[in-house]
Amino acid sequence: MIKNISNLGDAALYCDFGIEVNRNINSEVIKYFKAIKEKNIEGINNLTPSYNKLIISFDLSVTNYSEIKDKIEKLNINEVPNNSNKKLEIPVCCDTSFSLDIERLEKKLNSSKQKILENFFNKEYFCYMTGFIAGMPFLGDLDQNMRAQRLETPRVKVPKGSVGLTEQFANIYTFESPGGWNIIGNTPLVVFDSTKEKEPNLINPGDTVIFKPITLDQYKNYNE
Amino acid sequence: MNKGYFEIIRAGINTTFQDLGRKNLYHIGIPFSGAMDSRNFLLANKIVGNKLDLPVIEFAYQGPLLMFNGHKINIVITGDVIFKIRKKNNEIEGNCYETYQIEQGDEIDILSTNKSVYGYLAISGELDLKFQWGSCSVNTKANIGSNEGKKLNNGQKIDISKINSNLEKKKINYFNSKIENIRVIKGTNFDYFSEEGKNNFFQKEFIVSKLSDRMGMRLEGPKIENIVNTNIKSEGLLKGVIQVPADGNPIIMLSDHGTIGGYPKIGVVASVDYDRLVQISPGSKIKFKEIELSDAETLFKLYEMETQNLISQI
Repeated sequence: MIKNISNLGDAALYCDFGIEVNRNINSEVIKYFKAIKEKNIEGINNLTPSYNKLIISFDLSVTNYSEIKDKIEKLNINEVPNNSNKKLEIPVCCDTSFSLDIERLEKKLNSSKQKILENFFNKEYFCYMTGFIAGMPFLGDLDQNMRAQRLETPRVKVPKGSVGLTEQFANIYTFESPGGWNIIGNTPLVVFDSTKEKEPNLINPGDTVIFKPITLDQYKNYNE
Repeated sequence: MNKGYFEIIRAGINTTFQDLGRKNLYHIGIPFSGAMDSRNFLLANKIVGNKLDLPVIEFAYQGPLLMFNGHKINIVITGDVIFKIRKKNNEIEGNCYETYQIEQGDEIDILSTNKSVYGYLAISGELDLKFQWGSCSVNTKANIGSNEGKKLNNGQKIDISKINSNLEKKKINYFNSKIENIRVIKGTNFDYFSEEGKNNFFQKEFIVSKLSDRMGMRLEGPKIENIVNTNIKSEGLLKGVIQVPADGNPIIMLSDHGTIGGYPKIGVVASVDYDRLVQISPGSKIKFKEIELSDAETLFKLYEMETQNLISQI
């Protein structure tokens, strides 16, 4: 349920679903996001679901805050079927050449590379949201003993395909970009395909992801 | 079909193709992009007789030097721009909002924007550009849009796919009004800041930093002190959102912004002031003035009517 709707500037609704970050609240956000998208409400030009908020942007030339707020409040959310969530396996290679921050994590988590990776692989992670850069998924939740802060000084260039950890989340850098997450490996999978007009994202909010370890040879041969 | 081309002799500082931008992609991490100053974008297309949504060439500070290869075509430059048209036997000091007929071998030399940032060059016709998700707009950070998502380079060619048949001269009298006071609606984390911080925000002057680009405008001035939390759970951003990171210096999100962010939002620039905000150049002063939602809505309607009036007179 939306707890409160307010305005974010003059061309967006700020829908607040709560302050915690958990799957229940996020599933509600995603349910609303999908329902509103499906309804194609005139004037709405963007939707941004996140952990516990949904921002609805609209074209101020054709509508306004109170009109859109009214439509959202009257929306029957249960009309829209919500069965489009996928389950995906993501191969990740944690060869030393890819696990750029494993030593940092070993220190911060007071653990070993082997234990960290054992804990990371073969578990279900839930996609809370995608964004920041195109297609980047925010996947959670990591176990309590896997949670570390961002790098003090972010990298200027994180390689494409890098898999990173921060706090309770894992993410994947869909293209080379600056970033501060703790990099543990790299996936050969194309997670964001800009040549696709439809659904360029492999992973979408609501999907479930399982990371599977692969060797450097498997990584190199993956796309052949 | 090829109707001629422009050769880019000098690309300029940040010259890109822009149109109205792309919608409904925030949820996968892709921002609107599009022309920064939407009124000047629309006027450029209208003056050369184009459909209003056609892609144009946007430049910042120093613009491109282009040579035309083809029969003849009209061009217009909008914004507040110093430029020259070089023909075989003479050189013309160009005026913005006035069409010029360009022939084989003529050069358009866009020297600089004048106490502003962005200008637009439109041709009476269509450039041969690739669309991506319904728009040609280039986002150089994500390499999205036409020209492989990159800014123009020296030596490059831009093909022209269509030339309008009507090459009648057009001219309007329009002056870009400059503003120092930017109207802002309080943000969702306004109460995260100390009384002094809030007062500084709405009363003191800030200076636009050199680190500003199409993604964001960074400001320097009195620090805005946060008394609650310098991070929030990451959530959606919009153009015009003013975030204040831990260092206390506000950043205004502009058209190529990252789609989510985790810094508290002190305010959002009213839509009516966006076109003029983006034109404030680094080193200039800026002040924020609080405005209520209903006033922001009314002022935007008026601004839009004014734009429509300008367009309908052309």
